Amino acid sequence: MDIDHGALVGFAKSWGLFYLIGMFVCVVIYAFWPGNRKRFDDAKRSILDKDDRPWQ
Amino acid sequence: MVQQLTTGERQNALVILLCIFVVGLAMAALGGFDPFGVHGVVVMLYSGGIAALVMKHYYDPEPAPGRQSQYYDDPIKVAIAFSLAWAVFGMFMGVWTAAQLAWPDLAFDSGWSSFGRLRPTHTTGVIFGFGGNALIATAFHVVQRTSRARLAGQISPWFVLLGYNLFCIVAVTGYFMGVTQSKEYAEPEWYADLWLVVVWVTFFLLFLATIARRKEPHIYVANWYFMAFIVVVAILHIVNNLAVPISFARAKSYTIWPGVQDAMVQWWYGHNAVAFFLTAGFLGMLYYYLPIRAQRPIFSYRLSILSFWGITFFYMWAGSHHLHYTALPHWVQNLGMTFSVMLLVPSWASAGNALLTLNGAWHKVRDDATLRFITVAVVFYGLSTFEGSFLAIRPVNALSHYTDWTVGHVHAGALGWVAFITFGSLYTLVPSLWKREGMYSPALVEVHFWLAVTGTLIYVFAMWNSGILQGLMWRTYTQEGTLAYSFLDSLVAMYPYYIARAFGGLLFLLGAMVAAFNIWMTVREAPAAAEKQADIPDTGLAPGASPAPAE
Repeated sequence: MDIDHGALVGFAKSWGLFYLIGMFVCVVIYAFWPGNRKRFDDAKRSILDKDDRPWQ
Repeated sequence: MVQQLTTGERQNALVILLCIFVVGLAMAALGGFDPFGVHGVVVMLYSGGIAALVMKHYYDPEPAPGRQSQYYDDPIKVAIAFSLAWAVFGMFMGVWTAAQLAWPDLAFDSGWSSFGRLRPTHTTGVIFGFGGNALIATAFHVVQRTSRARLAGQISPWFVLLGYNLFCIVAVTGYFMGVTQSKEYAEPEWYADLWLVVVWVTFFLLFLATIARRKEPHIYVANWYFMAFIVVVAILHIVNNLAVPISFARAKSYTIWPGVQDAMVQWWYGHNAVAFFLTAGFLGMLYYYLPIRAQRPIFSYRLSILSFWGITFFYMWAGSHHLHYTALPHWVQNLGMTFSVMLLVPSWASAGNALLTLNGAWHKVRDDATLRFITVAVVFYGLSTFEGSFLAIRPVNALSHYTDWTVGHVHAGALGWVAFITFGSLYTLVPSLWKREGMYSPALVEVHFWLAVTGTLIYVFAMWNSGILQGLMWRTYTQEGTLAYSFLDSLVAMYPYYIARAFGGLLFLLGAMVAAFNIWMTVREAPAAAEKQADIPDTGLAPGASPAPAE
């Protein structure tokens, strides 16, 4: 197959679009997955505690 | 600093410094009086100076065995010092070059001080010197605190920090001698670029290894941004700087990219330098220091994840908007334009998330100048990303491109967003790092804040005015169909704005000097914080004995 200008444009307009939509769907599922809620809540709160030493 | 290293580590450090010294010697011998040889001498002096420092403390007592139960903060402290020194240098060069545009005599008829050579010392000084060192400092700080793990190396943090500053020094000294690849934000020549690859890969591995040691189950979102910053800058730097030197004893090289591909690669690099150097890393700062300073968790953690992936995957494609109306294929220009407009969504998601975090704490913003720095940074982030999307639209670009509007846009981002979030983060970080009760002088933070706000507004408004005026003068036709104004007419019209811009920049520089003084005095004089709960886990057990988070 010749990789010419037309082929690249076609690839970008089809697969490029699909891969970005796929990526978007994956990220939304990850962000809104109910099981992740607690993990995210813990993460955003735990940076505020006063502990200033590495955990062993 | 050296006292924190064991004897074995001190030996390793000396071996590494010796190797670098030998490379410098070889460069000096091969290059002779070419700038390449001068840079060999710079490398020798730099590595020799650090080696002298290590040797001076070589026989100092070894660190106490409890080293691993504390965070590794020494490199962060030095990075902050480097950052402030580069800020004063870089901003001074900015004021000087701005003044040269109004009063060209300030070049003093010398080659080294001509505008073309001084301008990259300003951009490199502020972006890579000030911004880069601040990014290294905060990345090292945030990754340790949010991972609850000490940095995964003793010498590698120093190698990253000092190696990175060697790169900056070689870059800036080269510009004075006329060494440049003529690529925006990628001016340093091949040997400096190769060195930066070594340093940056070490940075990447160190960051990754520290994350791997984390005790928190989840990697906090700020680290994602720092990680994206490190990974993408490595890719951009390598691809854009592929070049063939004319000789291994000369500074000059030629890029392997031909013609329009070179332009595309350069602006793919250039725009992603804005995206991943000047945005992603600083968003990492925002997502850590804003919640810390406001003492409120981020408004929506989910939103921060969505905007992270949005920014990462959209920014990659936006670079071609720098090449509207060029030989670049039209569809590639359209692609860049479309992605630039879409970028507004994740950008405003981040800005909105930050502002909503502050919702309910506005009294803190009113009272605390440091939190106000962060707030203003967020506002300018929202403003600049909107402006950026707008300017990327082709017909708007027809008016704005090659005018001072672009310069105004860049500085709205660089001063209003990048520098403000950096100073807000530093004012939060410095007292906690040196265990002080607060900054030496809160009044000086307030002075700095107002100098910076006034300077930024004067600068940006001057450039908006002059840019739009320039763009309109260049495209005004007479009834006969000829251009109404000569280029010189438009240049004369710029004169008052260039003076205003230099003045705004001067105020910003003064603010940075106030900050450097205040931070210096905080380290020197400010009273130490009382041994409060902050340092010890609130568990009633011995320090570091329990992983239970204090609530």
